Amino acid sequence: MSAGRGIIPDPIARQPWGMLIPLFMLVAFGAAVLYSAGGGGWDPYASQHVIRFVVFLIMASIIASLPRDFVKLMTYPAYVVVLIMLFAVELMGALRGGSQRWLDLGFMVLQPSELMKPVIVVTLAHFYAALPVGLIGGWRALLVPAVFIGMPVGLVLLQPDLGTSLAIAFGGAVVMLLAGLPLRWFIGGGVAAAALAPVVFFFGLQEYQQRRVLTMFNPEADALGAGYHITQSKIAIGSGGIFGKGFNNGSQSHLQYLPEPQTDFVFATMAEEWGLIGGLFVLAVFSIILRWGLKVARDSRDRFSALLAGGMVAVIFFYVAVNLLMVMGMAPVVGIPLPFMSHGGSSMLTNMICIGALMMVNSWNRKAPRGGLTS
Amino acid sequence: MKRFFTLKTGVKRRGPLVNASSLKNTFDRRAVVIGGIQGGVGVLLALRMGYLSIFESEKYRLESESNRVNLTLIPPRRGWILDRNGAPLASNRADFRVDVIPERLAEPEAMIDRLGELLDLNDARIADLKTEIAASRGFAPIEIASGLDYEQFAALSVRLPDMQGVVPQRGFSRFYPTASSVGHLIGYVGPANAEEYEEDRNPILITPGYKIGKDGLEKQFEQRLRGVPGARRVEVTAGGRIVRDLETRDDIQGDPVRLTIDGPLQDYAARRIGLESGSVVVMDCTTGDLLCMASMPSFDPNSFSDGIGSVEYSMLRDDQRVPLRNKVLKGLYPPGSTVKPMHCMAFLQAGVSPEETITCGGGRRIGNRFFNCWSNHGRVDMAKAIYQSCDSYFYHFAQQIGFDRVAAMARTCGMGQEFPLPVTSQFYGTVPTSEWKFNKFGREWQPYDTVNASIGQGYYLASPLQLAVTSARLASGRHVMPRLTLDTEPEGFDQVDFSSDHVEMIRRAMSDVVNGPGTAGRGRLPFDDIQMAGKTGTAQVVSLSVSDGRSGPWKYRDHGLFTFFAPVDNPRYAGAVVIEHGGGSGAAYPIARDVMTFMFDPAKGLEALRALEEQWGGTAQQRLERRYAAYAAERGETVPPSTRRDEAIFDRVEAEARLEAEQTQESVGEDFVAPRTNQTAVGTPPPDSAVPAGTQDAESDE
Repeated sequence: MSAGRGIIPDPIARQPWGMLIPLFMLVAFGAAVLYSAGGGGWDPYASQHVIRFVVFLIMASIIASLPRDFVKLMTYPAYVVVLIMLFAVELMGALRGGSQRWLDLGFMVLQPSELMKPVIVVTLAHFYAALPVGLIGGWRALLVPAVFIGMPVGLVLLQPDLGTSLAIAFGGAVVMLLAGLPLRWFIGGGVAAAALAPVVFFFGLQEYQQRRVLTMFNPEADALGAGYHITQSKIAIGSGGIFGKGFNNGSQSHLQYLPEPQTDFVFATMAEEWGLIGGLFVLAVFSIILRWGLKVARDSRDRFSALLAGGMVAVIFFYVAVNLLMVMGMAPVVGIPLPFMSHGGSSMLTNMICIGALMMVNSWNRKAPRGGLTS
Repeated sequence: MKRFFTLKTGVKRRGPLVNASSLKNTFDRRAVVIGGIQGGVGVLLALRMGYLSIFESEKYRLESESNRVNLTLIPPRRGWILDRNGAPLASNRADFRVDVIPERLAEPEAMIDRLGELLDLNDARIADLKTEIAASRGFAPIEIASGLDYEQFAALSVRLPDMQGVVPQRGFSRFYPTASSVGHLIGYVGPANAEEYEEDRNPILITPGYKIGKDGLEKQFEQRLRGVPGARRVEVTAGGRIVRDLETRDDIQGDPVRLTIDGPLQDYAARRIGLESGSVVVMDCTTGDLLCMASMPSFDPNSFSDGIGSVEYSMLRDDQRVPLRNKVLKGLYPPGSTVKPMHCMAFLQAGVSPEETITCGGGRRIGNRFFNCWSNHGRVDMAKAIYQSCDSYFYHFAQQIGFDRVAAMARTCGMGQEFPLPVTSQFYGTVPTSEWKFNKFGREWQPYDTVNASIGQGYYLASPLQLAVTSARLASGRHVMPRLTLDTEPEGFDQVDFSSDHVEMIRRAMSDVVNGPGTAGRGRLPFDDIQMAGKTGTAQVVSLSVSDGRSGPWKYRDHGLFTFFAPVDNPRYAGAVVIEHGGGSGAAYPIARDVMTFMFDPAKGLEALRALEEQWGGTAQQRLERRYAAYAAERGETVPPSTRRDEAIFDRVEAEARLEAEQTQESVGEDFVAPRTNQTAVGTPPPDSAVPAGTQDAESDE
């Protein structure tokens, strides 16, 4: 994709079309599935899905054009702002006597926990890029990021939103891993977390919180809830067979056996109508996007870009993996939508920020050839 | 936290050389690992998906189909029960109905209350439903209400999504146009109970709205009336809402059953019984067709179709006239003097000449004891013995030829016999013989037993059906077998039991009972050209020392009986009327007269009935309904919900009927029963609406 190939204008030609075209196809496919999930009509899901994608695509291309120094400059302020928003959400929830996840900004409804997913990645990438190389094995390399991650995760857990807090922690942890922290710490941290979890659970949480956690971890306790969801989802996927029941012919989704056929279980809705072929297409597109993301990360000229890109890939991956494992009955039900397919503004926003950030790193890579001076 | 610090120092101590390029290497290495893990997860997901959609596809396809498609059986329309002219005695009426399936109700009690509110059910019904649901097996539907109007049905249908287990339906319900007139004969229908489903594991039995015959002909002809259920496949949402019909197979209506019963006659006879408790049987002497088997008072089979309500049951149970008992088949009465023509037939066959006379001196000495006659008849020949009902004559000749020969004749005439009829049960009564008495009581036959039996008292017991058959056989001289359905062949007409001389003799004597100087002068038919013959009878239920049979407590009064046939010279119809505790035969033969009048001239018969019904306060059905309303208003609230099932109720009714017959036998059979002085005395019927508290059955309900 060298620049200035004649007929095609340069700003267009230099876009990563190898990733964007599959992405457009996936979003279009998602719109088709939502068209069916909406009872065979553009309303209420499909049209919004496409409009959001266009809007956020513009936003992503703006992000893609941001210069590196500006991004670095804005990183910590952005983190602080999002953290304050998380506090505000918690505070408003406390004042109103119930838990709340979103802020009504007047012109739009914002879910700050979603914003935190890419923001934590940028923040940690910035932190590790700035950290002197020799200190990477030192306590500062662990403790400061732990605080960076811990604060939003704690706040989101209080909402309570286990899925999102896990996503934030996962994005942060992958950046830490890529930053080169000793492997032992990850192993040790995992063991410690496993050991501490029961203690925290029994002594650190109020009874109502314990119950919330139990319900989250044990969906079967909710007899007609999550267990039913998984069963119906598996029926939808399995009954689709290889070629599916055909567009608009899914009975599980149309007759409301499938819970949330337009959001968390959109993959099951798709698989019922498009079968294994549709499922493999979705997996293929995701693997193209993620491979491209990792390639962008590896091609990065500097540490900040590399960690940023790697983290963004991790965030998208986390969405995809957890959602698909869940709908296929291999993970407990946590409310995580499928990127680019599920109906919903916040997840589209997050994922397009991630895509925008990857495109941004991609353009940085293009401007400064590998082996450059920057560290 | 401390742990991390020690780790940190540990790293520092033996930390390898860290620089930008080694970090870059680490990054690349780990990025590859992460990429590998991502790829691995991707492969895992692809494999899992392939497994679900290839290897388990069949299973999930089935599950998806069973989610989507709901198969409902459409209860078949039940075959009609028709009378001999093709008019329906039991038909089907399209209606809206609501059932519940108990096991699908989250909170049964609350749901019933809610339904009660929506459908405007009364408290007694709601209480009944609650006990019924508590005792139910769960999967079998229970009818909440039927015959709903469209508004109620629609009001319920829109609330359906949050009413799990409630099944509203458009269907057919059984309809009996003549209601209580055919109650005992036809029976009624109701939902199958657990035992019935055990016996016949047909899924149609537990389909909401399906009912099977519970009693009478409905039960006997169940298989024939049932038909073949239809099926409807519909697409339903998770919430149970029907999206569309996929396929419908229509039901096949059950076959009709055509009876020999004459519907209008049955209705007329039932209404004519009026305030009394009794039964009327009419049969065709030339075919054996049972034209009428009325038993009153009765229940309304229309109101039994959703189970017997506890208030209704309580009312029927409190009634001394046992409205639940089919008296035609299960009422046993001492036949009294109605056996006299039959006994004369026995004497004739034994060689007694009709001209032979005896002297009745207000009684007659048999052996060394004097037995009273009800009157002093002077010189009595056979004809006079019949039309004046002289007891002495029968004491004498029964003793002369021996009662066992008389008993053999009684059996030839149908006494003590069961008939091959499609009925749930029939009592065969008793024709006493010395052997029977010895087997039953261990005592020898005494002269007074012969005396008692010779006038139809003592141990003698017969059902109204047997009396009617006896009458038909005596009138025709042939071995007439009763039949109830038109598709069976008339039987017994090739067998001539009696010679025409004898038949002629009996006919003339019986005609004189009504048309001559006999005991039933008021029984004459209002026609110039048609005459009815008959024989009166009065059956004592307690000995003379307890009651005079005419006044006093209703249940001690004599039964009034009348057997008849018409026209006299060429008998076409024969029958019997039995009025329980009517006080004497005077309660019975006017009914026979009016029934026969209706038979030959319906307009004239109805005219007589209308006048009477005005006096009684409406038709039997109207009176039943009014009585129920009054009863429910008076003690509806105090009636405890009944947990018994219909079957238990009818078993109990039958057991009580047997017991009552036994008691009659024992109380009046033990010694000579002096005949009443005036057998034509008219008793007053018991009050219709209120039963004196003191005479209610004192037995507990359990």
